[in-house]
Amino acid sequence: MSEGHGIDRRDFMRGAAAAAFVGGAYAAVGDKGEEMVWQLDPNKCTQCGRCSTHCVLNPSAVKCMNQFNICGYCDLCFGYLQPGSRGRDTGAENELCPTAAIKRTYIEDPYYEYVIEEEKCIGCAKCVKACLVFGNASFYLQIRQDICINCNECSIAKACPSDSFKRVPKLQPYIYLTGDVSTTKSQPSSDPNPPQTTLGPRSENS
Amino acid sequence: MKTVRSLLVVGLFLLPAMLSVAAEMRFPPPDFQTDYKIPDLNSPAPVSSNGTRDAIILFIALSVTTWMVFKARSRRGLFIISIFSLAYFGFYRTGCICPVGSTQNVMAAVFLPDVGVSVAVLSFFVMPLLFSLFFGRVFCASVCPLGAIQELVAIAPIRISPALDRTLGLGRYVYLGLAVLGVATGSGFFICRWDPFVGIYRMGHSFGMLLAGGAILTLGIFVARPYCRFLCPYGIMLGWMSRFSKWHLDIPPSPCVKCRLCENSCPYNAINMPIPSHLVGDPEAGKRRIRRLVYVSPLIIAVGATLGYLSYEPLSRMHPKVALSERIAAENIGKLTTDTLETRTFRAGKQTVDELNAQAVQIREYFKTGGAWFGGFLALIICLKLIGLSTAPKRDIYTPNKETCFSCGRCYPYCPVEPLPKRS
Repeated sequence: MSEGHGIDRRDFMRGAAAAAFVGGAYAAVGDKGEEMVWQLDPNKCTQCGRCSTHCVLNPSAVKCMNQFNICGYCDLCFGYLQPGSRGRDTGAENELCPTAAIKRTYIEDPYYEYVIEEEKCIGCAKCVKACLVFGNASFYLQIRQDICINCNECSIAKACPSDSFKRVPKLQPYIYLTGDVSTTKSQPSSDPNPPQTTLGPRSENS
Repeated sequence: MKTVRSLLVVGLFLLPAMLSVAAEMRFPPPDFQTDYKIPDLNSPAPVSSNGTRDAIILFIALSVTTWMVFKARSRRGLFIISIFSLAYFGFYRTGCICPVGSTQNVMAAVFLPDVGVSVAVLSFFVMPLLFSLFFGRVFCASVCPLGAIQELVAIAPIRISPALDRTLGLGRYVYLGLAVLGVATGSGFFICRWDPFVGIYRMGHSFGMLLAGGAILTLGIFVARPYCRFLCPYGIMLGWMSRFSKWHLDIPPSPCVKCRLCENSCPYNAINMPIPSHLVGDPEAGKRRIRRLVYVSPLIIAVGATLGYLSYEPLSRMHPKVALSERIAAENIGKLTTDTLETRTFRAGKQTVDELNAQAVQIREYFKTGGAWFGGFLALIICLKLIGLSTAPKRDIYTPNKETCFSCGRCYPYCPVEPLPKRS
């Protein structure tokens, strides 16, 4: 009899442990249990180039983006052209991008459109740096969320010297250079005021 | 408009000093005369973290494994599920997220104030433990991708002595302690960083990690599942749960006939063998040993905690901020003559050395507390293990050791009481 009682109590304890365990675990989540993804803050980025070498994917899931509403559409684009290049044409010897991932299209005098062909981009940030130093800083790096496999510990985040990588909510997975959401219509979020759309010092007078 | 732009461009060439001014819209956005429209940004939604689907698949895999372990009693079935797990959780889902690593996400939610963990990740952590509480370590049997890859290469397993097995098994506790310490102090997710197989799943990683993965797999041909037995931090918790599991795999499905045939079937030393009567110690002597250990264990734990506290300085170097602060200091006093990308970036940034050092001091304080807990935890584990070793209980049949048994089913075909596998 006493044995039977012991087994009952043991079962009860097991059930109680399981319930407390699940309940406690879910309580620990609280209201912060949003799904998160990795992203880099372009306002902190120092264009060191490690994004292209430290991602577990090859080529990296970090790609350059051109924020067109900041872009000056310059003829002499330093993000596109090698410094000291002889001609302003699409010759490979003139291009800064090591993989020729920037497509230059004539629009009207004197404006040219620069589109990143992301399947070629390796995230080396050479163009980002040049555009920051010489231009409007419309080029910036972002993790492309359709490519990123969202490792639990991001290898680039570990290697990033400027602490730019952080987890952001899955529903607002990009950090834009400007708060002007009207130019980012394809953003999946319907939130009119995404908190991650940080206005960095670089875009104050845009 | 055009002339302004040309002037600016010329100015940039003539005055390199201008390069240092803040880059704020040097060139105004153009006013297009043609009907050119500024394109939208291409910002595709994340598709990678389909957590709910993975949690459902994990649940199904655990349920099927449980059925294989208890009802079908099929080693082959378990093997097939491990191939599936390796393919899905390993190669297809690139090893992320796995229950082993999810421990860290849960710890982060517990220790760090502004970090949460999603329900999907939490269920990854909780589900295998709950299954373990009721059915034993069915997760290890064939669902864990890390276990599955080792199970596949364990072709010629040898048995190592139980004493060596136990001693090396303490490595798991060190690993768990370090992982929790790393999360609680914000140093990083060490279980993921040192995951030896994730490089294989992703077909690419740092050379060192691929080498470590290859070495562990090579070792795993002869010493089956070395990661699970000597390193896996999640296995500890599964073992604790499994110890109290309601049901557990049995070697024979009907009474054991003590034929000794299963003795060599388990490469994990997870079969409790009958203890011959002349080796069963005096129970009173065992009780005395346990009593002495219980009296002395607070002292051992205190010593462990003190040692952990005292080793806060080397431990704190795991945190990148502390490492950076020490590196900067070494460069400033001329001890190191070369700089690194980290120190160059720091010097180019806005933060001052004093601010960084203040942060480092704060983090070292965390490591003092954390180190004491870490040392105390390891000492407690050693005490518990010693207490566990101080009695030889009476055992006269072959039973699986509920804590260390992976429910892999290797012993099934060795048991003559086992009915022949059903052919359906």
